[in-house]
Amino acid sequence: MQGGWFRGYAFLYLAFLYAPIVLLPIFAFNDATVIAFPLSGFTTKWFAKLWVEPALHDALKNSLIIALCTSVFATALGVFAARASTRYVFPAKAGIMGMIMLPLVLPEIILAVALLVVLLGLGVPLSIFTVIAGHVLVCTPFAIAILSASFQSLDKSLEEAAYDLGETPLSTFRLIILPLVMPGIISSLLITFTISLDEFIMAFFLAGTETTLPVYIFSQFRFPQAVPVIMALGTILVLLSIALLTFAEYFRRRGIARTGGKDTGGFL
Amino acid sequence: MSQTTPSGRLGRSEATNGLLMIAPPGGYALLLLAAPLLTIFIYSFLTDGYLEIIHDFTFGNYIEAWTNPLYRLVMLRSLGVSFLVTLITVLLAFPVAYFVSFHVPASKKSLWLFMITIPFWTSYLIRVFLWKVILGYNGVVNSGLLGIGIIDEPLQWINYNVGAVVITLAHAYAPFAILPIFVALEKIDRSFLEAGRDLGESPFMTFIRVTLPLAMPGVISAVLIVFIPTIGDYVTPHLVGGPEGRMVANLIQLQYLKLDNYPLGSAIAVSAMAIVSAASLLFLFVNRRYLKGAK
Repeated sequence: MQGGWFRGYAFLYLAFLYAPIVLLPIFAFNDATVIAFPLSGFTTKWFAKLWVEPALHDALKNSLIIALCTSVFATALGVFAARASTRYVFPAKAGIMGMIMLPLVLPEIILAVALLVVLLGLGVPLSIFTVIAGHVLVCTPFAIAILSASFQSLDKSLEEAAYDLGETPLSTFRLIILPLVMPGIISSLLITFTISLDEFIMAFFLAGTETTLPVYIFSQFRFPQAVPVIMALGTILVLLSIALLTFAEYFRRRGIARTGGKDTGGFL
Repeated sequence: MSQTTPSGRLGRSEATNGLLMIAPPGGYALLLLAAPLLTIFIYSFLTDGYLEIIHDFTFGNYIEAWTNPLYRLVMLRSLGVSFLVTLITVLLAFPVAYFVSFHVPASKKSLWLFMITIPFWTSYLIRVFLWKVILGYNGVVNSGLLGIGIIDEPLQWINYNVGAVVITLAHAYAPFAILPIFVALEKIDRSFLEAGRDLGESPFMTFIRVTLPLAMPGVISAVLIVFIPTIGDYVTPHLVGGPEGRMVANLIQLQYLKLDNYPLGSAIAVSAMAIVSAASLLFLFVNRRYLKGAK
């Protein structure tokens, strides 16, 4: 076996990455309000408490609506951008793409306050719609990164064959391109949904009096007695995220295999 | 972004088609990204009244943001934290990226990358909070060590300070550093390494003289992709930093949501971005020789 030393290090590194997440279920089932060792005993009461928390249910509903809308809009915008950047040459391409991808590196707090100032200046009331607007901005670059891989590996001659056989650009897109990039689109929907569900800063600034799941969680951090319930909620959220991401990864790989591209791995 | 070959068949309409295609996402970014950023830039030169913004041009906000010792301290601390986090993250990430690229069989690479990225996508807020729980006064580390009997009283130096912020951020941004380095390592033509060895270099010198320079574009992107967002992190300093660990994002939030001073908040935000951009450009300039011909 090659790279024994590196292998050991890589596993240690993975352990460091997963250490906090592993603690979640341990304390979610621990029968004590204080998060500390030694453990006291097994309980499911923290999970039961999640069912009788109306504020949490409102936040969850808002978050699901926001995440659903965000994933659809961000993926739609991502399809346009990925298609444009992989298929066409146009003036100021690097500049325009750079601007669209900027939220990937720009600190979110800057985006959030900038949007807040403009929205308040225009007199737009803060609601879940303003959160959706912000989340689409943050999620679109991720959608583009995923979709570009799908569009990149498209064989242009398939498209040309369709034109030669009398298809219009629109019907070619629907009949040839869309089915080939479909796995990428599904992967993008799942990833952007996950990001939106998890996003805090934009929601914190732009939600006004509405709450989203992360905003609710953040507000609960102030109450020490609420911590085990948050651990239980966190356990569910992490499992949900992992499930969504596993599906996304499955579709991403299938998409690359379908268009005959080489898997370079990773979402970024 | 990718390079595509111009299609001769469609001639001039190629550019038009491309622009039409990019119009929806481009327009969205223009309206909700470029315009708002321009707005806070303008706001940073306006005067704050009690209930409204007075449209008087002034450099006062910048003078306040740059001369007030408290703001300067927070700004310097943010820079220091970002710098440390970047250094730690990239140094710790490089061997992992190297291992996945050079020692993991091709069929398992995706799985490894997937394993590395999963924690990054899962509930950021809760992960940061878990570090508070882990490092806290009555936290997991202290209660565990007390239980085993290694320490007699809880360690205080691990919680609510800049160190806790650095650990938490280094953990949060780890995958960000691994992916670009991995991509750069994957692109290295393996025959270069054999050539180096054949010409009598030791494995270590081959690494220093061949692998590392070729991996530098990835290291540079990793540095920038960690450095720029960490400086604006709000949640981590708020939850684990304590009063000594406040960073520039907390200052911006304070100005906007608590003090309602938009012009000063904007001036601080613009200053922070200017400093980050300057530091990034300087870093790119210092490393410019590695980026030549890279693309």
